[in-house]
Amino acid sequence: MADNIGRKRLVVGAHYGLKDWLAQRVSALILGIYLIVFGVYAFVRRGIDYEVWAGMFAPLWFKIVTLIALGALFYHAWIGIRDIWMDYVKPTGVRLSLQVLTVLWLLACTVWSVQILWRV
Amino acid sequence: MSALVPSTKSRPKYRNIHVGEILKYRLPPAGYVSIMHRISGALLFLLLPLLLWLFDLSLISEGSFARLREVGGQWWVKLVLLVVIWALMHHLIAGIRYLLLDLHIGIDKERSNTTAYWVYYISVPLTIVAALRLFGAF
Repeated sequence: MADNIGRKRLVVGAHYGLKDWLAQRVSALILGIYLIVFGVYAFVRRGIDYEVWAGMFAPLWFKIVTLIALGALFYHAWIGIRDIWMDYVKPTGVRLSLQVLTVLWLLACTVWSVQILWRV
Repeated sequence: MSALVPSTKSRPKYRNIHVGEILKYRLPPAGYVSIMHRISGALLFLLLPLLLWLFDLSLISEGSFARLREVGGQWWVKLVLLVVIWALMHHLIAGIRYLLLDLHIGIDKERSNTTAYWVYYISVPLTIVAALRLFGAF
């Protein structure tokens, strides 16, 4: 075990990544439920006009539910895109830059979502 | 005792797959579902700004809603939306399969093979139905 310190530290095994693995599943569940309910409604309901659409997003509870779903989407996207960078981009500097850009972009999307929802 | 004689049949070996070998590399059905899950996820991530912009247009005002109708009426926007719908359907159905696998449902080789095919049997017709609706068939 003395070898498992410093530069030779073993970075696999003890829960590394478990949190993200679980977050990926929980966010997927939230998104799945939201999408299926919303998708079925949008498909069945015909001729949605602005009144109906904006009216749907007017109550606070629906704004909150939608923001939670979008937050789940962005966190889900972060883990997935991070996995893609980790699999295909080997140089540490390039990978780190791409990961930072991904996080910044998804944070921007979160703020944008708040603005979109709370303007109604 | 012929079963003990080592097989001399030469099989193709793939250690580190080179980009040029990807098309020659045969995957099991679950392998195709897996790579398509990644591709559809990446596509959805790339199209996120477009989707948020359309969502924004839909809610700002009556005028922007009308503009969305206009933008959404263009055939090439519909084509992009079709890609989004396909990616979403595939990602969703394959995702449900992965959640079931996590619960150790259908985890044996045979059944996971079958469910991999089912991802396509479900997601492709759903995409076609959505496409017909999108292009105004019904």
